[in-house]
Amino acid sequence: MRSTRLSDRAFRTGLVLGGVVVSVLLIAIFLSLLLSSRPALVKNGLRFLTGTEWNPVTDTFHALPFVAGTLLTSFVALIIATILSLALSVLMGEYFKKGVFANIMRTAVELLAGIPSVVYGFIGLFFLAPLIRLLQEAVGAPPYGVSILTASILLAFMILPYSASIGREMISLVPSDLKEAALSLGATPSETVWKVTLPYARSGILGGILLSLGRAMGETMAVTMVIGNANDLTPNILGPGNTMASLIANEFSEASGDVYLASLIEIALLLFIISTLINVVGKIIVNRMAQAS
Amino acid sequence: MNQGKPVLDAAIRARLRGDGAFRGLVLGLSLVATVPLLFILLFIIIRGASSINWQFLTELPRPMGETGGGISNAIIGTIILIIVATIISVPLGVFAGIFLAESGKTRLGTVARLSVETLMGIPSIVIGIVAYVWVVRPLKQFSGFSGGLALAMIMLPVITLSTEETLLMIPVSLREAALALGVTYPRMIMKVILPSGLSGIITGILLAVARGAGETAPLLFTAFGTPFMNLNILKPMASLPQTIFVYATSPYPELQTLAWGAAFVLLVIVLALNIVTKLVTSRWKIQF
Repeated sequence: MRSTRLSDRAFRTGLVLGGVVVSVLLIAIFLSLLLSSRPALVKNGLRFLTGTEWNPVTDTFHALPFVAGTLLTSFVALIIATILSLALSVLMGEYFKKGVFANIMRTAVELLAGIPSVVYGFIGLFFLAPLIRLLQEAVGAPPYGVSILTASILLAFMILPYSASIGREMISLVPSDLKEAALSLGATPSETVWKVTLPYARSGILGGILLSLGRAMGETMAVTMVIGNANDLTPNILGPGNTMASLIANEFSEASGDVYLASLIEIALLLFIISTLINVVGKIIVNRMAQAS
Repeated sequence: MNQGKPVLDAAIRARLRGDGAFRGLVLGLSLVATVPLLFILLFIIIRGASSINWQFLTELPRPMGETGGGISNAIIGTIILIIVATIISVPLGVFAGIFLAESGKTRLGTVARLSVETLMGIPSIVIGIVAYVWVVRPLKQFSGFSGGLALAMIMLPVITLSTEETLLMIPVSLREAALALGVTYPRMIMKVILPSGLSGIITGILLAVARGAGETAPLLFTAFGTPFMNLNILKPMASLPQTIFVYATSPYPELQTLAWGAAFVLLVIVLALNIVTKLVTSRWKIQF
């Protein structure tokens, strides 16, 4: 009896330990990023967030061009992805809920979600970049092919399966009596979607968009391969740029000097904080929507 | 007069036209979103499959300028990295998942769940930096182990959350029956709860492996890559995703051909894992 009680105790302790380890892990990640970026935090100060220069030769490291690059690529991607994923979610959530076509569509979306980022980057380099080059030639921009727009379009397709599946889930949460009421009053299916389904699912869809934004901001490889890696602050989406993640991917293994390395880790810290905030807010909205229905 | 057809005035006809247009728009945009990518997938399969042969799978990369050569080091490297990551993340992830399912409402449970959900959203490149700080910097050496650790941190939240979700679906009556028979708590968990939820847990692990196998960013400055065959996890190690990255961004067409082949191998592995997962869930879905 005693030994079983003892092993009972040990087992419960083991479970609690599992819970403690995952809780501590997050704090440990945050603290190691903070501690490792100390030399940069001291040297760069607050100029890190407002300055526009990134120059390893003079040991000047400012993050603004990359924060702006990250926001710009993510927002452009989000606009494209939102339009397409709304269409996909309405299609999968309203028009084709069951049947062969619905299954094909759903499997395709799941398949696309499974493709690794680096393969998307390769695809972007070979299929998308030449198209963008034509566009750049048409408007008289330098025809690199790689650009912020290239990265945004690629990103849009990458986050699409994710936001479409959240959107479909949110649309499926809309009570069918509401939709039936609208239909029985003589509304056409499209009017029902516009005036009943989408307004009802609005906050959930918004949460899904925020979660997709979190994904887009952290996406590294595909963006690194097609964004062109230019460290200047630029609003020109047809020109090359850099995001926080792609900057780290490009420069980290070649960074020499303590401050250089620490500044890259400081960028990682900033990326960690921004994407965590966006994720938490998005999660709260989605959960509230799921609980409300 | 009206032969069976309802009389529609102009306003209603306009609304019906609008409805049809909307339906067409939704269908059109959905096809724009999926069809090009599926074609490209097909392209990779055709292009990649043609560059696959025995030599490609079993030989090492040749020095620059020579044609031919293979990616055996990257295939073996990816397998080793995944094994290391699985050994680290599965026991911890499953245990944490059981903890969340059993005492998720306690204060520690709430903190742990918040932490796991946050971990899920951390960009993989940031995880790579953390593994660099924890392992590469102290050992002053890029290593397969640090890469495996980074992948483990990416796989962990996937495993934990799917384990929790699975276990929460198991009815209370099962556990009450076991406890009523005098079974101790640990035995109840190990012999009743875990086996009933096994398919769900395995699904989660497979999904996590599929996700980890395709990750490149966290390996850039941890496993780092090497042109040689390396089985020692304390030395730099090659991997499929990273090989694709290096070859795809190189200006040499021969290397790009190798990259298509490597992309094909990686896609086959990842998609096969996803399909197996889907089969597991639909065959052995827990139903009570």
